[in-house]
Amino acid sequence: MEIEFLFWDGCPSHPEARQLLDDVLAERGLDVAVKVREVYTQAEAEELRFPGSPTIRVDGKDVDPGSASARPALNCRIYRKPDGRPSPVPTREQLEAALS
Amino acid sequence: MTIALATEAPTFDLPGVDGRQHSFGDYADTTALAVVWSCNHCPYVQAWEGRMIELQREFGDGGFGLVAINSNDADAYPEDSFEAMQARAEGQGFNFDYLYDEDQSVLNAYGAERTPEVFLFDGDRRLVYHGAIDDSREEDGVSQQYLRDALAAVLSGQEPPLSETPAVGCTVKWK
Repeated sequence: MEIEFLFWDGCPSHPEARQLLDDVLAERGLDVAVKVREVYTQAEAEELRFPGSPTIRVDGKDVDPGSASARPALNCRIYRKPDGRPSPVPTREQLEAALS
Repeated sequence: MTIALATEAPTFDLPGVDGRQHSFGDYADTTALAVVWSCNHCPYVQAWEGRMIELQREFGDGGFGLVAINSNDADAYPEDSFEAMQARAEGQGFNFDYLYDEDQSVLNAYGAERTPEVFLFDGDRRLVYHGAIDDSREEDGVSQQYLRDALAAVLSGQEPPLSETPAVGCTVKWK
């Protein structure tokens, strides 16, 4: 399993998302090295198809496929909770589903 | 550079999503005026929008006014264009003015860094509170209602219990 964690430091949500990812990995007993990459420029965002920070991919597949095709940009990514409320981090359920 | 506490409010004259021009003097009848840096595309703003609407609804008839300003570079972030602002305000039912600072001159005057970021002015238009709306983007996790407490204090002629907190949100998008 390969996990990529892409972030832009201009958005403050990445430490929370990384902690959530680490928690879910630990709960599942998964000892997987997370490839962390910081995105610095719009050109990098486009090259990496980075729709916002943070973006987490498991074996190349985005944990939130529904918003993965948004315009590449250096911004905070919008995730949705099950009730539709916005969040700057993916839900635990999204991470669990991506890792199962 | 962000304006300091007790600084007199920089004025503005900006177009609003209602198609009208809004000058700072339009809010002269308010005793407490919150100028909030905002935008469309930020999940932190979206998480707090409902609470901005609620504060305006609850205190708007009692001398409080809330004005949201979007200064983001709409060329780089088209989700924050004036047309998108109009759609957002209509879709979310904003009950406060939502203004567009296209040339970023007002942003430059205030020195805001995040969205959302609150500047609360008293009746003399001196800055009395600067920072976050409350202490949690999750509504059910709020334990400190910074802006609500500050504006209630101003409306009753008191000093806000807290004058500065860190604004948590997206960075403003300079041109």
